Amino acid sequence: MAKPRILIVGGGLAGLSCAMRLAESGVHVDLVSLVPVKRSHSVCAQGGINSVNALTRQQGDTEWKHFDDTVYGGDFLQHQPPVKEMTDWGPRIIDLMDRLGVPFNRTTEGFRDQRRFGGTLYKRTSFAGATTGQQLLYALDEQVRRHEVEGLVKKWEFWDFLAPVLDDNGHCRGAICQDLVTMEFRSFQADAVVLATGGNGLVFGRSTMSMVCTGSAVSRAYQAGAWYGNGEFIQVHPTAIPGADKLRLMSESARGEGGRVWVPRKPQDARDPRDIPEAERSYFLEERYPKYGNLVPRDIATREIFDICTTDGLSVEKDRLCVYLDLTHIPREILDRKLGGILEIYEKFQGVDPRLVPMKIFPAVHYSMGGLWVDYERSHDGGMVEGSPRNQQTNIPGLYAIGECDYQYHGANRLGANSLLSCIFSGLFVAPTLVAVGDAHRDSIDRQKLCEAELRRQETRHRDLLARTVGDENPYALHQELGNVMTRAATVVRRNDQLAEAYAEVCQLAERWKQCAVSDTGSWTNQNVVFTKAVGDMFPVAKLILKGALLRDECRGAHFKPQFAMPGLAATDPAEKRREAEAWCDRFAENTARWLKSTIAACGPNGEPEISYQDVDTSLNPPRPRLYGLVGAEAIEEVWKERERVTA
Amino acid sequence: MIKAIESDSHSGHASATPPRRVRVRVLRQDVAGSESYWERFEVPYEPNMNVISVLQKIAAQARTADGRKVPPVAWDCACLEEICGSCTMLINGRTRMACSALVDKLADENGGEIELGPMSKFPVVRDLVVDRQRLFRALERVQAWVPVDDSYDHGPGPRISAAQQEDAYPLSECISCGCCLEACPQFTKIELTQRDGESEADFEARRRKAFDTAFVGAHAISQTMLFNSHPVGGMIADERLETLTGPGGIQMCGNAQNCVAVCPKKIPLTRSIARAGRAATVWVFKRFFDR
Repeated sequence: MAKPRILIVGGGLAGLSCAMRLAESGVHVDLVSLVPVKRSHSVCAQGGINSVNALTRQQGDTEWKHFDDTVYGGDFLQHQPPVKEMTDWGPRIIDLMDRLGVPFNRTTEGFRDQRRFGGTLYKRTSFAGATTGQQLLYALDEQVRRHEVEGLVKKWEFWDFLAPVLDDNGHCRGAICQDLVTMEFRSFQADAVVLATGGNGLVFGRSTMSMVCTGSAVSRAYQAGAWYGNGEFIQVHPTAIPGADKLRLMSESARGEGGRVWVPRKPQDARDPRDIPEAERSYFLEERYPKYGNLVPRDIATREIFDICTTDGLSVEKDRLCVYLDLTHIPREILDRKLGGILEIYEKFQGVDPRLVPMKIFPAVHYSMGGLWVDYERSHDGGMVEGSPRNQQTNIPGLYAIGECDYQYHGANRLGANSLLSCIFSGLFVAPTLVAVGDAHRDSIDRQKLCEAELRRQETRHRDLLARTVGDENPYALHQELGNVMTRAATVVRRNDQLAEAYAEVCQLAERWKQCAVSDTGSWTNQNVVFTKAVGDMFPVAKLILKGALLRDECRGAHFKPQFAMPGLAATDPAEKRREAEAWCDRFAENTARWLKSTIAACGPNGEPEISYQDVDTSLNPPRPRLYGLVGAEAIEEVWKERERVTA
Repeated sequence: MIKAIESDSHSGHASATPPRRVRVRVLRQDVAGSESYWERFEVPYEPNMNVISVLQKIAAQARTADGRKVPPVAWDCACLEEICGSCTMLINGRTRMACSALVDKLADENGGEIELGPMSKFPVVRDLVVDRQRLFRALERVQAWVPVDDSYDHGPGPRISAAQQEDAYPLSECISCGCCLEACPQFTKIELTQRDGESEADFEARRRKAFDTAFVGAHAISQTMLFNSHPVGGMIADERLETLTGPGGIQMCGNAQNCVAVCPKKIPLTRSIARAGRAATVWVFKRFFDR
């Protein structure tokens, strides 16, 4: 059996774990990455990686409960078999990373230590200091380097993926990439192309993501015919440090240790925050949620901070939306002991000591739950069939997607510390599929000829861009405008009129992009033209996010439309309350029937998305209402359980 | 008063007159091997801005301080939170990460102007972008990995005490930025160009040989100690020590201790070097008597 040749695009956790497993099977891998793979965005993950473990197991935890937390947290929008397979693999993945030398924190006895994360009752999260993503990435980078020395992996670092190469039947036969140093184009013939290119935070201008997370590779696959699933589901983290260049995460533990969020009651009060008296401050989370205060759930905190700045106009600064996160009332020695690390980050990047001056924070786009639509084959026990050619395959045969750039594992909302797991899992799990698929796809097709044709198309696109030296538009300014439009309309709170308006604005921006002039016409390390190209490829993605959000008239996970929110119960009289709970459950069931569907975007002419919907496989665990913090939750739950018993 | 930044009398703030423009001088180079030259830029000041935002603004305006249209300055960056290791450059003559270099703190250093240049120990690709392949090659030289059998399920890794983990973790935080190499007097630049008629493979082999006989660097010595201290990684400790006692090995370290002073992650590099030195001595004796 001839060994297939595989091209992997992206060298984060997903791409590297896939490359490692393939090389181990004796398969030759070309690994293309915008940056040296050790610098991929996975390096930024801090918190940890989830899995049931020896300790939680004895407290009643199981793989099933991890699965349940994940689909409940994701508001039931993900197909369940892939999630079940992933959570089943959890313990093995942690063990593997442990063997590869990840310095997980240890207990006194020398076992791996775990901490608790959001959305679960168990301490499932293994961690290595505050840099778990870095440590996992390095362990995989080291193994892949080892295979590189042995000649099975060839890295193409500082290379940009431009397009898949498709044959007349729409099968992927390779890809065109560009060297970012010499600007040389090259075609890669391959039996399978695997995209592992991460999220698309830069579509929102600034986010917590790295500068390479433009989403351009995914956009190029989408424009070539790959479907995009659940694009409107974007995770926004409540507390990040706004910066002119990027938004850096500020851990939730700051509030956990007593941090208070507030704004001056007078809009843009110019006084030093320490001089603003208590009476002139609004501790809006504590005022609106007396029970939970500053520790309301993540999505609520995000919404409230966003709303007080945009709707109420009470942002601390006029040009830069932010609120105060205040730790100054807590003694310095406590802060140093419990929060030292994260306070140093703030100090380093803001040049201000948060022990003395309140921090300025704002929610930030953090993770793309949506991504390329990928398939799977369901096994008889409700998981996935290992080695099936369908696993992780896009609708383009021979083109695969893994990691954050697929839409498969997190539904409408991702649980903390699940992303590292899904990245490593999908990378490992797809490997036997790729080994087998190489054989199935090898035939007499003249790849060389196909590749040359596509290569010429890409060269022409590049040359045309370089020729554009006159034009009124600046790609950097357009990117900023796009970010502003997307952040305003499609992040925390979504309203149909705003989404429709934003869609029209993005269409205009896409037209204006055609008038962009490049300021560098050279053919050596031309970052200007590469960025201009990436910005151009953001518009189709921005459009599918906006249209998906516009059409989805409900609230689900990270997608919040106040117009369609289901409020809690108002009645106090038991009979009336019961009636309301029945009505609430009726409405929930109707909404589930109407909207528990994956959004599928196909790229139409001019980058306009054509949206359709697909049923979600919820056969393992039927959807149920998420009632956290809702008034009347007990009554609703009672009714819901009765109904479940009847159907069972 | 911060000199690099001219004050702005139009400010609405009552407390202080905030500065307005940032002046920057950049050492540019168009392609590998070409002449370098200085160019001046001015960008609007913003509170809390770092060198990356200055470079982003330079890219957007693509004009020098005197209004001349020029191609934007090229530079490397990715995470912007000092964890990916991309954006190392010389800032006011000091090797450091551009993302964590704040304009407010830099301006005082250099007579009113921020000076940016590429690292001097690596070949320049363009402007502030350098080729750090030698840094990654050094990780191959010292076999900086745990030599596991395979990635299939064999249960958990070895038990490791909390103290061992606390010892290893700081070494494992190395971001491969190259600051320690830039600051090291023993680490000198290797810049080779392909000769006429030399094949790609021959050139690569010549370059590989040059890399592999030159000083391996503090980062790789520290990684050696990290993997030698791991229960499974240590199973090939002798092979790593053989490399460290070979050409370009630890004997080249002149103990200048610059590496530890410039490391952005505060990795105890000199401690690793001292440990490596002792281990290498023991290894040399062992090899001698085992003959």
